[in-house]
Amino acid sequence: MESMIQLCNVSKWYGGFQVLKDCSLKINQGEVVVICGPSGSGKSTLIKTINGLEPVQAGEIRLNDRRVNDKEAKLPEIRAIAGMVFQHFELFPHLNVLENLCLGQVKVLGRTHAAAQARGLSLLRRVGLHDQKDKYPAALSGGQQQRVAIARALSMDPLVMLFDEPTSALDPEMVNEVLDVMTDLATEGMTMVVVTHEMGFARKVADRIIFMDEGKIQEDCAVAAFFDDIEGRSLRAQHFLSKILRY
Amino acid sequence: MANLDFSSIPPALGYLFGQGMVVTLMITLVAASGGILLGLILAAMRLSHRRWISVPAVLYINFFRSLPLILIIFTFYFLIPYVLGWVLQSPFPVKVGALNAAFISFTLFEAAYFAEIIRSGIQAVPKGQIFASQAIGLTHWQMLRYVIYPQALRNMIPPLLMRSLILFQDTSLVYVVSLTDFLGAASNIGQRDGTLTELYLFVAASYFVICFVISKLVNRLDQRMKTVR
Repeated sequence: MESMIQLCNVSKWYGGFQVLKDCSLKINQGEVVVICGPSGSGKSTLIKTINGLEPVQAGEIRLNDRRVNDKEAKLPEIRAIAGMVFQHFELFPHLNVLENLCLGQVKVLGRTHAAAQARGLSLLRRVGLHDQKDKYPAALSGGQQQRVAIARALSMDPLVMLFDEPTSALDPEMVNEVLDVMTDLATEGMTMVVVTHEMGFARKVADRIIFMDEGKIQEDCAVAAFFDDIEGRSLRAQHFLSKILRY
Repeated sequence: MANLDFSSIPPALGYLFGQGMVVTLMITLVAASGGILLGLILAAMRLSHRRWISVPAVLYINFFRSLPLILIIFTFYFLIPYVLGWVLQSPFPVKVGALNAAFISFTLFEAAYFAEIIRSGIQAVPKGQIFASQAIGLTHWQMLRYVIYPQALRNMIPPLLMRSLILFQDTSLVYVVSLTDFLGAASNIGQRDGTLTELYLFVAASYFVICFVISKLVNRLDQRMKTVR
């Protein structure tokens, strides 16, 4: 099967500090992969290397078989292959909800305003927010903003969706509305990479779990193995699991 | 207090506002628009990653911010004619004129402050907005044009207006090169009629009303922009 995402021996340094150590990883079309690990382990950095938001110093990254970390790479074009959802939503505050969904479609994909709005509205309906289309982001709750952000990413018809801690800035009662949208996406066959601490979501939706610690990929295994064969895991992973699964 | 005589003011209003205030407003408008334009260039230079572009802007900004405005006005009025004469190999100092000296010195001086306001307005846009723009595939220029600049503009318009208001007050310094601005016009009248106290009170009240009203309006604008953000 064709790999949608391929990382080969990727390393990254911030000055003298190495944040990513020789990370290799293949994700196939239609797979849902959850990346977890303690904070500062490099998860967010790793997911941002996939669409070239974080440059790396060593290794090779491919997205839909196009080289990402290359001086010649047409990054804007490659980035549009992947939709990304951020921890703090990052909606454009000076644009209303529908305009947020149209900007990329019109400027990057070259769609007409009418076509972009039609697509935007159908996506807003899908995340249950079409009645909020004229509001500004600041007028929405966190959960609503994140659902708009997901719709914005989908408006670019991406082949892959990248989620960087999509629920960790949300109030608890808003987490589920976002996870529901993500679960629907996964069911429809979207290729997804999700950095998250939501282990319930991981167990239910993901195909694979990647566990990171100190910039290294420590575990890369099927979901069932990760949660049910705890003795088979590395000590670090066991330690992490025992902490987050206690309650 | 009882023997203050304001009767000389009404007949002088035409002179005070028709001539004095016109000079004040002219310098304010020229220096504000020229200063913002130059400030934009300086801010763009300062934000450049290339040191040979950013360092000259930093030097300029720090240089003009560490000198008293009055010194700069003097310099342009008295010194530049000789420098120009030397540059142009002219046997006489080149006349710059008081009004031109004021235009140039205020513009150059204010540009340093405007540049810092513009720079911080751009830098106040969160880094995540850059990521979000890049992630949907915008090019660098599209990102600046559609995401960063519109937000930066909202950040910087209120402080730019406030700074222009300070500039409006500072223009009264042009008396040192014998230009007759609003304040200068008032002291001319006051000296002629022996009513300096009354005229200065009137000038103070006028400045206060104008600046107070404008600053209230700017505050309201600022509040409105905050709710959009």
